[in-house]
Amino acid sequence: MAEREAKAVSPGTPELGPGWTAGGVTDKISAIVLGRGGPWTRGWHEHWRWRSALLISFCGVLTLLAASTWLFMRGVGLFGVNIPVAWGFALGNFVWWIGIGHAGTFISAILLLLRQRWRTSINRYAEAMTLFAAGIAGLFPIFHLGRPWFAYWLLPYPNRMELWPQWRSPLVWDIFAISTYLLVSLLFWYVGLIPDLASLRDKAASRGKRLAYGIFALGWRGDARHWHHYESAYLLLAGLATPLVVSVHTVVALDFSIGNTPGYHSTIFPPYFVAGALFSGFAMVITLAIPLRHYFRLQDFITLRHLDLAARVMLACSLFVAYGYACELFTAYYSGDTYEIHMTRDRFTGVYAPVYWAYMCCNVAVPQLLWWRRVRRSVPTLLIVSLLVNAGMWMERFVIVVQSLHQDYLPSAWDIFIPSVWDWIFLLSSIALFVWLFLMFVRYLPMISMAEMRGLVQETAEEGKP
Amino acid sequence: MRRVVAPAINTTMPAGVDGGRRRMLKLMAASAALAGSGCSQPPAEKIRPYVNMPEGMAPGDPVFYATTLLHEGHGVGVLVETESGRPVKIEGNPIHPASLGAADAQSQAAILTLWDPERSRIVMHGAQPSTWSALLDSLSTQLREEAGTQGKGLRLLSGPVSSPTLLAQIGEVLARFPGASWHVHDPAGCDAAAQVARRLFGRPVRPVYRLDRARTVLSVDADLFGPSADGVRNAHDFMQARRGEPRARMLALESTPGLCGAIADLRVALSPADMEAALDAVASRLGVPAAVSPQETEARPAWLDSVCAQLRSTPGACVVAPGHSLSPRAHLMAWRINAHLGNLGQTIIPTAQQLPTEPRLALQSAGAEAAGTGAAGIGTSGVSPGTLNELVDAMRDGAVRTLIMLDVNPVYDSPGALDFAGALSKIPFSVHMGLYRDETAHACDWHIPMAHELEAWSDARSIDGTASLIQPVIAPLYGGRSPHEVMDMLADTRTAGAHERVRAFWRNLWDMEDAHDFEQRWDEALRRGVIDGEPAGPALNLDARALAAQVPEEIEPAPEEGELLAVFVNDSGIVAGRHANNAWLQELPRPYTKITWDNAALLSPGTARRHALRNGDVVSLSSTDASAKLLAPIWIVPGQADGVVILPLGFGRRHAGAKAQGRGFDAYVLQDTRNGAARRCLPLCLQPADQRHALAVTQHEMGLAGREPVRIVSLQSSNADVRGSAAQPSLYPPREYDSHAWGMTVDLDACIGCNACAIACQAENNIPVVGPEEIARGRTMHWMRIDLYHEGDGGRTQFQPMACQHCENAPCEVVCPVGATMHDSEGLNVQVYNRCVGTRFCSNNCPYKVRHFNFFDYADHDPSAAAHANPDVTVRQRGVMEKCTYCVQRISHARIEAQKQGRTIRDGEVVTACEATCPTQAIVFGDTADPHSRVSRSKASPRNYTVLAELNTRPRTSYLARIVDREAAPEDGDG
Repeated sequence: MAEREAKAVSPGTPELGPGWTAGGVTDKISAIVLGRGGPWTRGWHEHWRWRSALLISFCGVLTLLAASTWLFMRGVGLFGVNIPVAWGFALGNFVWWIGIGHAGTFISAILLLLRQRWRTSINRYAEAMTLFAAGIAGLFPIFHLGRPWFAYWLLPYPNRMELWPQWRSPLVWDIFAISTYLLVSLLFWYVGLIPDLASLRDKAASRGKRLAYGIFALGWRGDARHWHHYESAYLLLAGLATPLVVSVHTVVALDFSIGNTPGYHSTIFPPYFVAGALFSGFAMVITLAIPLRHYFRLQDFITLRHLDLAARVMLACSLFVAYGYACELFTAYYSGDTYEIHMTRDRFTGVYAPVYWAYMCCNVAVPQLLWWRRVRRSVPTLLIVSLLVNAGMWMERFVIVVQSLHQDYLPSAWDIFIPSVWDWIFLLSSIALFVWLFLMFVRYLPMISMAEMRGLVQETAEEGKP
Repeated sequence: MRRVVAPAINTTMPAGVDGGRRRMLKLMAASAALAGSGCSQPPAEKIRPYVNMPEGMAPGDPVFYATTLLHEGHGVGVLVETESGRPVKIEGNPIHPASLGAADAQSQAAILTLWDPERSRIVMHGAQPSTWSALLDSLSTQLREEAGTQGKGLRLLSGPVSSPTLLAQIGEVLARFPGASWHVHDPAGCDAAAQVARRLFGRPVRPVYRLDRARTVLSVDADLFGPSADGVRNAHDFMQARRGEPRARMLALESTPGLCGAIADLRVALSPADMEAALDAVASRLGVPAAVSPQETEARPAWLDSVCAQLRSTPGACVVAPGHSLSPRAHLMAWRINAHLGNLGQTIIPTAQQLPTEPRLALQSAGAEAAGTGAAGIGTSGVSPGTLNELVDAMRDGAVRTLIMLDVNPVYDSPGALDFAGALSKIPFSVHMGLYRDETAHACDWHIPMAHELEAWSDARSIDGTASLIQPVIAPLYGGRSPHEVMDMLADTRTAGAHERVRAFWRNLWDMEDAHDFEQRWDEALRRGVIDGEPAGPALNLDARALAAQVPEEIEPAPEEGELLAVFVNDSGIVAGRHANNAWLQELPRPYTKITWDNAALLSPGTARRHALRNGDVVSLSSTDASAKLLAPIWIVPGQADGVVILPLGFGRRHAGAKAQGRGFDAYVLQDTRNGAARRCLPLCLQPADQRHALAVTQHEMGLAGREPVRIVSLQSSNADVRGSAAQPSLYPPREYDSHAWGMTVDLDACIGCNACAIACQAENNIPVVGPEEIARGRTMHWMRIDLYHEGDGGRTQFQPMACQHCENAPCEVVCPVGATMHDSEGLNVQVYNRCVGTRFCSNNCPYKVRHFNFFDYADHDPSAAAHANPDVTVRQRGVMEKCTYCVQRISHARIEAQKQGRTIRDGEVVTACEATCPTQAIVFGDTADPHSRVSRSKASPRNYTVLAELNTRPRTSYLARIVDREAAPEDGDG
């Protein structure tokens, strides 16, 4: 048995470089966390890039804390929102972040069920990304509230006044959709981590680390029974998570399409929002993958093949989103509705038209480059495309939320929304919080699933055998 | 006797300029001492419990007092609602002829001025706080000196005075000082009109319009419905005439869109110079004797024929009303036209102003020069006041040694060319009395804080001569004094204050020996708010000789190439500056520009284009001789005459409260005088200044964008039904109402856009003021928003009061996650403030955008604000949504009253604040479940429609379409 394992060396497939053994994979990945060998021989604190990234993002986190304190003290008037544009950056950021939080579950759950081998090396960090993005997304509705200290009134909890949420409101559905999604994502991520935590516990040099990883490893010993239960639980969770990929953003889309505002009130929204979410999610996966494989020299694990496939998903999403845009236009004009047509014209030529055309460019035009294999395999180009898609999707959310509101039914009520400095602070510091959380994750947890990589080595080695 | 006890709040007010900290320490010491003494003993003095509650003083039950507020010295009857002794709301007095139950924005906002913590509180000697007795000493020394010279160096300056008691006191002062003279300064009034009337009648006379008898009203730049002592009455009367058969017509020639133009059947934008020519043309075509036949160089516009034909067809039932911007010549021409058409005594009643009785030893009274030129049969029966110009001349000559100024602020609000401040600096002894320590107070030796009209006894006459009493509804909050006390000091008569003085006057006038009879009549006058049985002034008439009188007929020089004609207008919120520190009026969107907290030089689109200016560009305005100059932002007003720049007065205050100071520009700087009258219209130069100024505007889009929020029906068309089809289907089951189902209609044909309802709503519902920065961010709080729409560029304009529509299928209710906005059992869409978490989804989903959000803690936490807040309405916390409630507190009040009497609520028993104060009764509220209620009858009108009916929201507020009289306007008129 041991002899056979020792022989298992990866022959080199598109998803995994050649010459990797199970032990080699484990050593390589765990060394990043435990700081021994590999790029971290001199310890994490010696690396200026790491230190400055951590410092800058941590400053951002502190800014977010200070800003939210001030926000809770003074009120939402800090934002640029007004009447008619009562929803501003906060809601746009919410939808954007929750969209980014989509790709993780898609990769882990749906690709697992579809038995896609290329998910193995990217699922762990994509899931972490999902978790952080969805968590940050969950903060924004609270920042947005007029009286955030009563946010819990949206939850159905028994109380003496027998007051319940108002079930017709999509915001109540939202609460359930997002909290379920967060919970299942967390479980899924944690369950997947258990064997790796055990590996870290076993490899950790200091007692403190052994204890910490040991507690979270829940006594995992790599028993066959453990593996058996683990795999069925993981599969069940994947099954559970799959419908959530669709449901969360569908419900978020309903927040808008239930409303009667032209620009919100559209039946295309649920599928179009889901596609948009995957779009921005995969863009973020690529955005994260490229620096990760570069700085941690993971080119053998996260190969060009991975990037290529992610780019293809992005291209497909882009086409779907473009279809959504076209559909909106068609419906507006086909309906003959004065308000819809006015809203659409205002998108083309109004004050927010530059944003509209910018995201059209980022989300529809630029991704068409991905038809070319050369582009999909050119790392710098791919990074630029994915960053543009991220920005484009944010602008799309902004236009949907803000532009639709600023000129709706009665011309007398029309006004414009100008983001305040606080709007920008919250957007940028939420990105800093995301980066900081991600850095912490990279620092303390294996960013690639060691257990699954070992399985992949085994699999490819067996396939490679004549 | 209705002496009202001052509320507790009065005692906690810090007294004096630096009293806050010391007083706080004293109070702390006192409370510590109290805590130490414990509850051991009752005080040594005999105290009495409050066993017999005075009738009508039950806590929570409002008490209404009838009193009078002053508009440029003239009385407007009001009812003041007090809660536990605190005045909280002002409504119109239905029996007072200048109110008829309605109150304009300024009258209602007086409550805020009353409680304004920035009002003057202490006698000032120069920059030093002083005392009343020190002032008395100083003044009596000065007066003794003056008495030595018969008072030759004494001058008294006041605003227009209608108070019989005060006039009598002025007479007494003039009797004591025969060499003294009394001058009147009225910045909001029209000097040209006063000059002409004085020349025609030989004494101050005002035309009182009886628009209810008119069938054609030609307004020549007249602000008939604006904030003035007769605006409310005029609006009421005109609408009454308009509802009659045949429908009265309004023909408006305007330099800038005004309230008359908004409801005009024919509206023409003209510059004042063209208006004078038009008036000449009308006069000559109507065959008015002494009419100047204009050189008809250009083709006669069709509207001029139409105007002449309509005036000619309604002799004795029409009005030609000239406005402030016109020259004395034009005012004279208007009198001539009116006399020729037989309107005098019918639709225009020339009413003599009451004057102080002539002292026997008149040396050189200002009225003397006017005597002899008067109309036949009417001699001067009193001292006519001098003008401000005459006073300034005397001051320059060094003839004035003592100047007493009562409630005027000429350092700020006199024409810049007069340089009143310069003349004042030469006066050895000057006293100013006013509500605020304003510009004049700073320039005077002494300043006396004046009691507000709601704090002191007095009396007044309305423009038509109706007398009424002014009774205080609260003891002076800040230790203000009454002008009667000052006049008593001057006349050296010792009385027991204003109350006794006013009573003594009326006892004397009524000639009542019997104390009981007097008390009865006095009480009756207080209770009703009108003094009955007062003889009206003598009927005045004009004969041909008087009409042939000439005024200095210098034709206004036409503006030269590159010059514009400036027209100085009263601001529709703060008038001429008197209300500048009133935050409600500052934040009130001006009807046509929707500018708040600021003024702007208004230009027509054509003029702005010619100078390549955009809204908010700053321009430099200078007089033609470049002696005066100011910087002003511009604002483009469609429908304004080309070549005219409108300069609203009242802004750019240098010394006023924090709400007034530094807001806008002071247009008085550019004002000039001619023949002793302040000019309301003069040429000036405009230069772009390469700066921008952000104005806080509440409505940005005034076009209709192809929508139909306002509907129009033609008077002539037989098919004038705008009612929509039956209700569309809804997913939700229809609601059933077993008791009431409230609803409202707003008659767009009657709405003049005067903003009275907006202030009524603000006062009734404790709506906070947010300030210019928040307004600029789009965060207004007015529940009642007066929308303005233009049809095309400069075409017909329409106001539309827009508050919560109380939809039956309310889109807001569906999306609130916590159920903070709900339907109640009587059809109201209610907002539950303490349940609201502030998602603002309801506002997004409201197609009318009538919900307002507390983005910050907007509520005023000053103790004075708590004192005048309506106790029946919650003050909203930050982070909650609010909106029109249909005055649900008034509905509850009526319901409780009805239940106490075991009956149902009667129609007309619930009157919303906006409905109550509307001068034209455009708003009707009531129970739609009762088919006979006023609102049901109103909703049965073929003009009834709902806004955005296609969304199937089924609003409970519906509108009655505007009626257009197509026969009134020929094709080329742009009205």
